[in-house]
Amino acid sequence: MARDDEDGPIEAAAGRGKAPIEPEDRIEELLAARQEFLQVFKRGAEFTEELMRENERLRYRVAELEKNISGVEAANRSFADRYVEIEQENNNLLNIYVATYQLHSTLDYDEVLRAITEVTLNFIGAEIFTVTAVESTPRGGWEPKLLVAEGLDWGTAQEVPVSPIAHEVIETGVPHFVSELEGVDADLSSPVVCVPLKIKELTIGVLSIYKFLRQKKRLASVDHELFTLLAGHAATAIFAAKLYTDSKRKLTTIQGFIDLVTSSSTSE
Amino acid sequence: MSENKKALVVEDSPTMRHLIVFALKRLRALEVYEADDGVDALKKLARDHYDLVITDINMPVMDGFKLVSTLRGDAKYQDLRIVVITTEGAESDRQRAMQLGANAYISKPVQAAHVCNTTKMLLGI
Repeated sequence: MARDDEDGPIEAAAGRGKAPIEPEDRIEELLAARQEFLQVFKRGAEFTEELMRENERLRYRVAELEKNISGVEAANRSFADRYVEIEQENNNLLNIYVATYQLHSTLDYDEVLRAITEVTLNFIGAEIFTVTAVESTPRGGWEPKLLVAEGLDWGTAQEVPVSPIAHEVIETGVPHFVSELEGVDADLSSPVVCVPLKIKELTIGVLSIYKFLRQKKRLASVDHELFTLLAGHAATAIFAAKLYTDSKRKLTTIQGFIDLVTSSSTSE
Repeated sequence: MSENKKALVVEDSPTMRHLIVFALKRLRALEVYEADDGVDALKKLARDHYDLVITDINMPVMDGFKLVSTLRGDAKYQDLRIVVITTEGAESDRQRAMQLGANAYISKPVQAAHVCNTTKMLLGI
């Protein structure tokens, strides 16, 4: 046994009675093994190359996806902004709908004035404001008549029925807005918002806001539109209620006169 | 039996009440009812079950504080969610209403989206 271990495999085989392996065969065997190894190595190299190409493709794909994600995120942000805008628009439309509904839901003059006060207070967010009507004088001019004073007492409001700004708004029919509201204190001689109550080109009054309930830093263009639209509805509501009240009063007077005439002729 | 939640809007101003009711009607899982003041609200609450009360503070007959305090003093209304509407800047009103047991508050000028979000949050709808 110790002999087998010490001899080489050829000698060991020869010693056991097997045919000795020729060196040429051994070389061929080794060459075949080498060839096989080279094939395996080549396949490994090809596989590695394929992996590297796949890796490259994946890197490119990841970069593409990252780019797409950035795009999607940007779109998402844009949609979120748009959603907020639409929500705000919805809110404004709801306010306008409810306000116009309330303004035109009655022909009672006092109720119309109450609706105007509520709308200006709760929807516009004004804290100190007045509504002044413009009444024509026989000489062809006009004089102011205070209708609503909120956030200040009636006496104080009557002392300053029409500020110079309101005077100009009534004369020109062009609304006045102070864009920057930050740091502006309530000043009865200088409203921050002054909107004419107009029916087409006829100005029947003016809404003057001296201070906002909400600490708005500035007025946006949508606020201007909202004020102008509501002022228009307020104007028609006031005008209709006034006409209705006047006609009702006249009707009562006429009816009283007719009753008087009828009763006189009957008694004769 | 309806699976919808019920909300009662307590507000003396028809304009504000109309605005809040109109805003809440956007929520499909909610039925909205109205009351003119605190007393009217208590009558309606005694007659029917409501999940949420949205009440103004300044009202004639019975104001929002009294309504919240009355409801929280009655074990029957412990699960009722209460939202108060306060004027912006009126911090003391807000604190008092929350101390009395209100669950949330909304500031004027009322934003429809805020009313809906607060309602959804409180009722889990």
